[in-house]
Amino acid sequence: MIKAILIFNNHGKPRLSKFYEHYNEDTEQQIIRETFHLVSKRDENVCNFLEGGMLIGGSDYKLIYRHYATLYFVFCVDSSESELGILDLIQVKVFVETLDKCFENVCELDLIFHVDKVHNILAEMVMGGMVLETNMNEIITQVDAQNKMEKSEAGIAGAPARAVSAVKNMNLPEMPRNINIGDISIKVPNLPSFK
Amino acid sequence: LSCCWLIHRHSDKPAKMPAVSKGDGMRGLAVFISDIRNCKSKEAEIKRINKELANIRSKFKGDKALDGYSKKKYVCKLLFIFLLGHDIDFGHMEAVNLLSSNKYTEKQIGYLFISVLVNSNSELIRLINNAIKNDLSSRNPTFMCLALHCIANVGSREMAEAFASEIPRILVAGDTMDSVKQSAALCLLRLYKTSPDLVLMGEWTSRVVHLLNDQHMGVVTAAISLITCLSQKNPDEFKTCVSLAVSRLSRIVSSASTDLQDYTYYFVPAPWLSCKLLRLLQCYPPPEDGAVKGRLVECLETILNKAQEPPKSKKVQHSNAKNAILFEAISLIIHYDSEPNLLVRACNQLGQFLQHRETNLRYLALESMCTLASSEFSHEAVKTHIETVINALKTERDVSVRQRAADLLYAMCDRSNAKQIVAEMLSYLETADYSIREEMVLKVAILAEKYAVDYSWYVDTILNLIRIAGDYVSEEVWYRVIQIVINRDDVQGYAAKTVFEALQAPACHENMVKVGGYILGEFGNLIAGDPRSSPLVQFNLLHSKFHLCSVPTRALLLSAYIKFINLFPETKATIQEVLRCDSQIRNSDVELQQRAVEYLKLSSIASTDVLATVLEEMPPFPERESSILAKLKKKKGPGAVSVTELEDSKREGGELNGGGDRGPDTASTPSPSADLLGIRSAAPVGAAPASAGSLLVDVFSEAGDISSLTNPLIPLPCRFVCKNNGVLFENQLLQIGIKSEYRQNLGRMYLFYGNKTSVQFASFTTTVSCPGELQSHILSMHLLEPLVEGGAQIQQVLNIECLTDFSDAPLLNIKFRYGGALQNLTLKLPVTINKFFQPTEMTSSDFFQRWKQLSQPQQEAQKIFKANHSMDTEVLKAKLLGLGTALLDNVDPNPENYVCAGVIQTKGQQVGCLLRLEPNAQAQMYRLTLRCSKDSVSRRLCELLAEQF
Repeated sequence: MIKAILIFNNHGKPRLSKFYEHYNEDTEQQIIRETFHLVSKRDENVCNFLEGGMLIGGSDYKLIYRHYATLYFVFCVDSSESELGILDLIQVKVFVETLDKCFENVCELDLIFHVDKVHNILAEMVMGGMVLETNMNEIITQVDAQNKMEKSEAGIAGAPARAVSAVKNMNLPEMPRNINIGDISIKVPNLPSFK
Repeated sequence: LSCCWLIHRHSDKPAKMPAVSKGDGMRGLAVFISDIRNCKSKEAEIKRINKELANIRSKFKGDKALDGYSKKKYVCKLLFIFLLGHDIDFGHMEAVNLLSSNKYTEKQIGYLFISVLVNSNSELIRLINNAIKNDLSSRNPTFMCLALHCIANVGSREMAEAFASEIPRILVAGDTMDSVKQSAALCLLRLYKTSPDLVLMGEWTSRVVHLLNDQHMGVVTAAISLITCLSQKNPDEFKTCVSLAVSRLSRIVSSASTDLQDYTYYFVPAPWLSCKLLRLLQCYPPPEDGAVKGRLVECLETILNKAQEPPKSKKVQHSNAKNAILFEAISLIIHYDSEPNLLVRACNQLGQFLQHRETNLRYLALESMCTLASSEFSHEAVKTHIETVINALKTERDVSVRQRAADLLYAMCDRSNAKQIVAEMLSYLETADYSIREEMVLKVAILAEKYAVDYSWYVDTILNLIRIAGDYVSEEVWYRVIQIVINRDDVQGYAAKTVFEALQAPACHENMVKVGGYILGEFGNLIAGDPRSSPLVQFNLLHSKFHLCSVPTRALLLSAYIKFINLFPETKATIQEVLRCDSQIRNSDVELQQRAVEYLKLSSIASTDVLATVLEEMPPFPERESSILAKLKKKKGPGAVSVTELEDSKREGGELNGGGDRGPDTASTPSPSADLLGIRSAAPVGAAPASAGSLLVDVFSEAGDISSLTNPLIPLPCRFVCKNNGVLFENQLLQIGIKSEYRQNLGRMYLFYGNKTSVQFASFTTTVSCPGELQSHILSMHLLEPLVEGGAQIQQVLNIECLTDFSDAPLLNIKFRYGGALQNLTLKLPVTINKFFQPTEMTSSDFFQRWKQLSQPQQEAQKIFKANHSMDTEVLKAKLLGLGTALLDNVDPNPENYVCAGVIQTKGQQVGCLLRLEPNAQAQMYRLTLRCSKDSVSRRLCELLAEQF
């Protein structure tokens, strides 16, 4: 069983956390920190498996992870899962490749701005800690169908709502007047690191 | 490399700003996220978040109804805030409202919020359940999947109650879409894990098993997880899955790489599913059906053969997928442990991987070989790889891999290679990672003990262990070496000599001083003949370490010194001087001071004979499982040490320790240490109650029951079933008497604790615990003064109420300190169900009428047994009356028989009981029959009474 799926960046900022067992919020954050600590101190090109930290259940659990540029993808699994199988699952078979297809070249920002979609994609792949589907095309078909529904709702039914909300947003007192969306789009990627 | 896409992306598209530029997201959300990311400090971030939370809260509370889009936006913001690690304590209701929206996007975000933020005991579950129920019956597959996901994510008992019967139906229904089936299978699995009692597979079993044959591979993938879990819990009901799994596997393994289309992954057909099928088969023994077994063996051979074929692709994904299947196949072969041919092939394959350039494969090969090493067919084959594994331990860059190598060395160790392996592990310890040192130390200690042929090697190894990694040597390890040295007289001289040499080092670890102090105190005389290690030299060496040591070690050294006085009378003056100096006799630590004072006094007033008796050499320790092994098991979890290993260690450990010349009766001989401590009371210096347990005693308690009072549980004397007063327990220290009276369902018990010694018992505490449901039967218990003076008796009152019938007796635990040693004893209180009997007089006709009414088979309990006591009529009558029932005359047509009647009064109900006892004097046998209105009472009374006659 997969106990948790965590994605965080090189600085330990969580970008996705999905626990398949209940912990309270504090413990979840501690587990993320502990896992980051365990994984980030490892060299590149060592093996992709290590024993879990104390909080997640110690040596009965394994952390199986991959490091891509700015992000760590970590699966915490018990002994009933095949290590290489999970590695494939992270690597290409599904998760990363699917994200890549869905976001047309995924990067860390996509995970930040589309938390809901990432969760959706994950839900098509893992459910209650068990793998639901390993066929990437099947997953993408599902996600596409959802996107289509979303678009159609946004297209006609959603139009008035968006108009209303746009007006409301203009009136929001806390909405910083000087915010310029165009500005951000230049500024953000120039930051040396994503905090 | 396949993962370069991200790096690539950064140089390629530096201005990517997905949410905003695509225009399909929510502007407010994007702005908020950008704000957060632009925050320069944690404080600024918290400030911004609090502002946003306040905003959202006011929106949710506001008068204006929010439209679905706004709700969605705010819920998304909350999710983002939650991900950053901030508490979210509102918004749940809004999320629940979103569930009933007709719009997919709103519904979906509502479910997302709930699956991330709602825990299983939320009060909202009922509302959520309603929404789920609607979506499940909507026949819209997307909505159904959302609902099923939500159940699987929350997985609460309430949800199980609501949906556990519905989901199997969805799972096996002919018209369910494949994607819904997949979700239903895993949803059911989740509910089964949280509430197995609510998920009743019964009628569905066979249809669920047949999902293994489903056309859709995705359905099989999801269903196999469910089936594996159910098979682990109910192997018999699901065993038909074995042949189905074998045929499915065989079809996959023999298919061409193009057959399975989307499920073929880098030229490997359905690797994930193959792994899962092989896992499922590991829940069962090898198939009995010859045809099925043949087919499976063929599959396994094919998988092993494929490993030798040239790769179809150079990509790492190809080899990963192929090897994932290979490792699972090897696990299955090891699990079956019955095909020597396959086992050896598996071992050779793993041997190849040990030298593979992929670190992951080396890691997995070491791990699999560990299990392979425990099979008798492949143990020898595994051993041939010893050099490679040792090399891995020395040269692997990754600590995870080194740890696996250490595990494997431990697993492959036997008599033939123990010396080599232990030596390698010891040398590795010098540079080992801190995180695994303690475990390594335990392993070395266990191997050294288990495979010791000559004990000088064992002693050398452990002392080396302390020298190299003293900080990681736990108490268990050094206790153990002392136990073994004491039990083996052939090694004592060597141990004394070696430890003496080890102590010469200018800086030696405190654990070394402890072992040294203990061993020289016991066996220093064996090396005293050599002028280089004369008594005074030994003493000075030990004492030179004294001031650098912690209090417990100093306490141990003081005990070693008094032992020296006995061993070497010539050191007496020197040692007395040391004891007499202010730093000892006025030490601020009470334990050290007490030892100094008492030892000084002991050495000056006791005659040589008394000294020799008091300070006699330690008796051998009783044999038992190595405490180190227990510790390793605790550390690594129960799976870490195989059963065979345990049995092994018992057998070999027995050789090691039991070989001593002394008899096995030593467990009962009073130990000199106990005497040593006990003598304090006799010493003229007013002995204060001792403080925390001394080190000597610690070593002892490690060895098991040396004290007459540390007996775990004293059974209830059976005479108390028919008796209310008497002496419940007595030993040389303590006597416990009881007096009790019962009325209706209430009882009162007086406990009398008598101190038989002339010394005060300190910290005297008693507690009564009731196993399980009995808990509430004890109403009150008077607290006691913690001191019981010598010769005094104290009394304690216990009020008891019988709430319902019971079979276990309450437990009385008594703890106190006698002369410094903690005494701990637990005994059963004589509270039995018959104490609450009210006698009932009745006529013969009444009796038989009721007897017939209680004719259901479970209401009757009967036992035929041999007489253990006198069959004298008067004795029997007295016992039956003592039982609490009325003894009825002229009822049974046979005057030899006895019949009794009574009602057991509990708070909740009354249980009528009829009893018939038929003695057969010639055969010296009885037949006892009980009929009660409650069957548990019949059984319990029958058990109780059968021991009485």
